[in-house]
Amino acid sequence: MSILNLFKIAYKALLRNKTRAFLTMLGIIIGISSVIAMVSLGQSSSKSINNQISSMGTNLIMVMRTSQRQGGVNIGSANVQTLTDKDVEAIRAKAQYVSSISPLVNASGQLVSGSNNWPGSMQGGNSELISIRKYEIASGISFTEQDVRNSAKVCMVGKTVVDNLFPNGENPLGQTIRFSKIPLKIIGVLASKGQNQMGQDMDDVVIAPYTTVQKRILAITYIHMIMASASSEETATLATQEIETILHNTHRLKPGQANDFDVRTQKEMLDMMNSVSGFLTVLLSAIASISLLVGGIGIMNIMYVTVTERTKEIGLRMSIGAKNKDILLQFLCESIILSLIGGIIGILLGLLLSYGASAGLKWPFIVSVPAVGVSFLVCAATGIFFGWYPAKKAASLDPINALRYE
Amino acid sequence: MNDIIKIEQLRRIFQVGSEEVHALKGISFTISSGEFVSIMGASGSGKSTLLNIMGCLDRPSSGEYFIDGISVSQRSKDELSTLRNRKIGFVFQSYNLLPRTSALENVELPLLYNNTVSTKERRERSIRALEQVGLHDRMMHLPNQLSGGQQQRVAIARALVNDPVILLADEATGNLDTRTSYEIMNLFQQLNSEGKTIAFVTHEPDIAVFTNRTIQLRDGHIVKDAPVQTQSAKASLDVLPVNDDY
Repeated sequence: MSILNLFKIAYKALLRNKTRAFLTMLGIIIGISSVIAMVSLGQSSSKSINNQISSMGTNLIMVMRTSQRQGGVNIGSANVQTLTDKDVEAIRAKAQYVSSISPLVNASGQLVSGSNNWPGSMQGGNSELISIRKYEIASGISFTEQDVRNSAKVCMVGKTVVDNLFPNGENPLGQTIRFSKIPLKIIGVLASKGQNQMGQDMDDVVIAPYTTVQKRILAITYIHMIMASASSEETATLATQEIETILHNTHRLKPGQANDFDVRTQKEMLDMMNSVSGFLTVLLSAIASISLLVGGIGIMNIMYVTVTERTKEIGLRMSIGAKNKDILLQFLCESIILSLIGGIIGILLGLLLSYGASAGLKWPFIVSVPAVGVSFLVCAATGIFFGWYPAKKAASLDPINALRYE
Repeated sequence: MNDIIKIEQLRRIFQVGSEEVHALKGISFTISSGEFVSIMGASGSGKSTLLNIMGCLDRPSSGEYFIDGISVSQRSKDELSTLRNRKIGFVFQSYNLLPRTSALENVELPLLYNNTVSTKERRERSIRALEQVGLHDRMMHLPNQLSGGQQQRVAIARALVNDPVILLADEATGNLDTRTSYEIMNLFQQLNSEGKTIAFVTHEPDIAVFTNRTIQLRDGHIVKDAPVQTQSAKASLDVLPVNDDY
């Protein structure tokens, strides 16, 4: 019998029982769509993490303070005061793979402008901080080295701060706001960057010279952090090593003594986040594929019932000339058609689901071509694997008995 | 006249547990082209076994069976399937139409298993077969929209569509009332007069009178093989009292 006739026969047989065919497909539809949705969302989430980390600069290097043991006392990292702007100058002078570097001093406090106020967090840096953090200035100007030397009372603000302090749309440039009672003049507004991978609002920020934050707000001499850019993504690791060596010397640590600082790159963060999201994707896909297995067993179950129910039809087909092979292929075809149509619907539904979810979560929508391809193959395999045994049973029926079956 | 069916010393032995059951105990007969033979016998006489063998659904334990000059005894299962597809038309007691499938598609079915027939030819031949049984106006009807007699006509059309050398009818009127039975027998007589060879298994003597020859089986032996004083089904139909309760 020709393949075309075979498919025609199987297709007509399925059409005779549309509801059942659909219900059988449902298992496959749910299984495939959840696998597709999970894989696709997993990739979307890691893509989104990648995008955001890259937007912060993959060559970003952060030097943080770590807890330290001093004379038998463990000092928490927040109380370590050994990181200073002298370290910054040392790195700037000696490191060859570091292209720009800035100290970072954080402060939080209430921002006030007229009758409006907003809980703000302030980041103090030098004039290079803007480029290291990959901020852009939407309007106005950045502060200069001169401002840093003078501890000038100037700042740049993010969009969220502008929206909350100037809700009526006034031009914030040139306005004076107060941060913890210190008046600061807004000289620049930062372009919006949205949220970072932690869900933090990157626009809820005030950037000022670090000297201003150090002296006028916090009254400290140390810095909280150093932010630097490696000359390129490839040299990030080299730059990290350089910084470690330089700081080891400037902090006068003995060889083998634990560092009182920690140098991290964005790439490490990226790898960590990726491994977490990769693990979750695998886990969720594994769970989803269980539903695919259940769907396959559903097909087998229905095909078994079908074979028993259609014993007489099988007998008739044999009596009018169907060979055992024809019967086998017919039932196999039916299960393959069921699983393939179910699979196609499932793929479309899965893509729709992941499109909806990634649109809702503002993640990039990714169609995982391998996942779609593999799902399709899995569908066909499911049809053949779970359809084989019932089809075999149908083909092995004795036509005489099958014709008399009631 | 050439022999459509030639059976020589046919035996069929079934193994039931440790016991051997001899369903057919060495029977011989021939059916020539254009004959209309009824095969009669009580249940257990072996007529179903004989029909299964004649229909190439079963193979004899010993003896020879030729259909249209082809020896059947040593054929493989697939070869038997092909023989059934090309040489034989079955008509069953319970019609055995596919449910939710139009009359036309039911009739097309045997040709689907024949690769040498194109889609167009299949459609044409099916329409012709339905016209032959007088159902040209009900081709798209589903079985449940047809009466018993009409369903049996569809089944006959399905048996005719592959242009078989013999029609094998197994109690084809068993599920029908007298009037419809006579109508079906009239159709068979008509087909016979057009040259179709027919073997009709029945246990009703008043149906057998419409055939040309009766082979009577009892306990696996042929006890009678004689021509029949054929009655016209059409004439019988005319004298039947007219019922208006249907």
